[in-house]
Amino acid sequence: MYELVAFYLFAALTIGMFCVTVFSKNALYSMSALAGGMIFISGFFFLLDAEFLGVVQIIVYSGAIMALYAFGMMFFDSTDEVKEDFVAKKTVYTLAILSAVLIVIILAAPLWGAHLENAVLVTENLGNVQSLGLAMFTNYLIAFELSAVMLLVAMISGIVLVSKQLDNSITLADEVDTQESL
Amino acid sequence: MIGFTHYLIVAGILFSIGLVGILKRKNLLMLFFSTEILLNATNIGFVAASKYYGDLTGQLAAFFIIAVAASEVAVGLGLLVLWYKRTGSINLDSLQIMRG
Repeated sequence: MYELVAFYLFAALTIGMFCVTVFSKNALYSMSALAGGMIFISGFFFLLDAEFLGVVQIIVYSGAIMALYAFGMMFFDSTDEVKEDFVAKKTVYTLAILSAVLIVIILAAPLWGAHLENAVLVTENLGNVQSLGLAMFTNYLIAFELSAVMLLVAMISGIVLVSKQLDNSITLADEVDTQESL
Repeated sequence: MIGFTHYLIVAGILFSIGLVGILKRKNLLMLFFSTEILLNATNIGFVAASKYYGDLTGQLAAFFIIAVAASEVAVGLGLLVLWYKRTGSINLDSLQIMRG
């Protein structure tokens, strides 16, 4: 009963939030709705006995990614409304058909995948975080380290892309300035 | 009771919302938001499959998807800021500089 109520509540909230995100004219409303939707999605993860992913979802998505978007939006004019100048019947029909086909495929997927074998079984006497760590550092060690390298590359590229005047050091310039003033 | 199908229906609806956003909006920031919605919808599907098949691989896949999403945002937002500084617009149509 409790699970039923929680599931339908989180489903309605998530769908509503993401609808606001997609259809809102204002970029700030859209970003706030996206942050709310991310937190409600972590509710699904807690319902599905994936506590570690729920916590990671809250920390990474609403902590890191949304903060990054918020800082990134300071570069843009986010106060005025988003101008979008097109009305196309064809686009609407294509979208409707694509979404319908997609839902059918997603719902039919478990029928095709019903005879798949388990790769990493859930062990009963261990907690979620512990069994996830065991699986990650044995079966998925290379993928884990590659994702770490990928995050490092993304961080360096983010710094290099946005910052200006990387060739002259700020601390050295400060030292020169202070020595001149003395 | 809530079954696997319920979670898949929610994931499908969220994925459709994200797809509509990606195809409909012309603001590049909105395209980034829509990709986040797509990634989250697939995450719900993965974690639900992980629970109802008793298999931890789904949760691991969702974990790596979160890592990919974080790095995608860092690189994409950096490029977007650079593009805005250069052209003063984050409209998708401003990217059409190669006219055939």
